[in-house]
Amino acid sequence: MKILVCIKQVPDLESRFKLNAAGTWYSEQDLAWRMNEYDEYAVEQAVQLKEASGGELVVLSLGPERVREALKKALAMGADRGVHLQDDASFAKDPSQIAAAIAAYAKDEQFDVVFTGLQSQDRGSAQVGVLLAAALGLNAVTTIVDFSLAGSVATVKRELEGGVKAVVEVTLPALFTCQLGLNTPRYPTLPNIMKAKKKEIAALPVSVPEGRTTTLKTAYPEKKGGGLVLEGEVGALADQLLALLKEKTAVLR
Amino acid sequence: MKALLVAESRQGELLAASYEPLAFAQKLGAQSAMFLVGSRQSLPQFDGPLYFADAGAAGDYQPDLHKALLQQAIAKEQPDLVVFCHSSYGWDLAPRLAAALAAPQISEVIDIVEGGYLVPACNAKLRRTVAAKGPVTIVTLQAGAFSLSAPPAGSPQLEELSVAGADSGIRLTGYEAAEKGGVDLGKAEVIVSAGRGIGKPENLALIEALAKALHGEYGASRPVVDAGWADHSRQVGSTGQTVAPKLYVACGISGAIQHLAGMKKSDYIVAINTDKEAPIGEVADVLVVADLKQFVPALTAKLAK
Ligand SMILES: Cc1cc2nc3c(=O)[nH]c(=O)nc-3n(C[C@H](O)[C@H](O)[C@H](O)COP(=O)(O)OP(=O)(O)OC[C@H]3O[C@@H](n4cnc5c(N)ncnc54)[C@H](O)[C@@H]3O)c2cc1C
Repeated sequence: MKILVCIKQVPDLESRFKLNAAGTWYSEQDLAWRMNEYDEYAVEQAVQLKEASGGELVVLSLGPERVREALKKALAMGADRGVHLQDDASFAKDPSQIAAAIAAYAKDEQFDVVFTGLQSQDRGSAQVGVLLAAALGLNAVTTIVDFSLAGSVATVKRELEGGVKAVVEVTLPALFTCQLGLNTPRYPTLPNIMKAKKKEIAALPVSVPEGRTTTLKTAYPEKKGGGLVLEGEVGALADQLLALLKEKTAVLR
Repeated sequence: MKALLVAESRQGELLAASYEPLAFAQKLGAQSAMFLVGSRQSLPQFDGPLYFADAGAAGDYQPDLHKALLQQAIAKEQPDLVVFCHSSYGWDLAPRLAAALAAPQISEVIDIVEGGYLVPACNAKLRRTVAAKGPVTIVTLQAGAFSLSAPPAGSPQLEELSVAGADSGIRLTGYEAAEKGGVDLGKAEVIVSAGRGIGKPENLALIEALAKALHGEYGASRPVVDAGWADHSRQVGSTGQTVAPKLYVACGISGAIQHLAGMKKSDYIVAINTDKEAPIGEVADVLVVADLKQFVPALTAKLAK
């Protein structure tokens, strides 16, 4: 079994975002970075599959130098080797370009299973996984919340709206995009973090086709206003809120 | 401008969200045709061509087959735009079509603006204006961003699509219904919800105590449920419960669109969050900027008096 997991590094979403000089995306300064949440589920599923079926698990990320930290975390979670597709301007690439760059690496590697996140937390296009599968000629199933494998047939559950799930069968090779709650991502242990330091991370340059979409500008949403913002010492805040609840609602009995 | 609008059905029923692409097309002033794999018993109310395939033959959802049917409709209709809902159907099918046509796709559109489309980024803390170049552009619409100004009306002219041929490598073998049981948040007049900001499962007790002091129930955001800290019946949001209590208190919840979808109709919304910029502030009547670990017990104590 040869498994690939594609991960993205994203900023902590509790950050205060500033715009870049061109006004096309956020400025990368003063941000804390982490592995995209959906991809943590993808890495965990891949590690579990490798533990059950053996084989090799490769983790790949496209982006600037900082993404090696996310790769190291995946290696410490149990991936065997890393691939860093070097691109300092990855933020300016559209999903078709990202998928093409990953496909250029993966096309000769004959992966049996590819896992990606359903979407990234910062862009949220939910396109890269499916576009990558199409470029590699693989079947793709999105939004999985359950995965099992018998021989070469995977049975997965796709999450639909309203708590309904679709049960889907697909023959490998195939790509799966992972939804929150698929499993419980493990925390890397100290010994595994130490072991991961010795694992290889190959650095490869990328060249991509022209994009199909462009970001003309990025801005802050207009504040709808109206809502009250209360700040200060906790006791005083509680009094203020109680007064408001008494005045505005009928729930205080 | 010509648009092909993708309607959705599940188990023979047209989904109400199918009208959101129609509202989008109206706002854009586009000439529209619709596309549906569904049942003749449940067609959209719409005056115009409806490219139709019977789900009995095409399957409720067989991705490769539905993609091939869409390509048939596109070949006949020659639209400039193909419009999907950003739903489990749309986000799965749209990029398959984009790949097949080498067309640009813009996901989760919330508005039409000069030069392109508006899409949220970073949990709605930012907004991008995106433009596309291609003979046909594919868009998916954020749930609830577009709605009809008047109830839908009309009857479509059916253009039957042929389902022969295309086989799907992905087989839908059945559905699993939503879990039943647990609490019915729909009945609660007050809901105090715990988000990931509670930090650890032990802190759920703080949220429960406040819910009790307010004679209500406690709810949770998805990460709290996914982590196994709360039962699924307590999840509020697009894949959980839709609630509309008299008072909703969101504790340590950022306000992702999927969470808002389940609670924004509440009469009075209070958010407690350390992040003054948290998007929950957009729907909250009051945003208390505080650490819930200090604030929630303080409020509970005062309520007890
Ligand atoms: C298809 C799909 C369906 C989904 N369905 C749902 C759904 O039904 N329901 C749902 O909730 N989500 C759903 N989600 C997930 C959703 O996108 C978000 O990931 C989720 O709502 C985030 O939960 P949260 O706000 O609790 O956590 P986070 O987004 O991590 O936010 C935590 C918040 O807590 C604040 N905080 C941290 N510490 C403290 C403290 N000590 N005191 C006060 N505040 C603090 C932070 O500032 C932050 O704003 C869905 C996602 C997808 C893709």
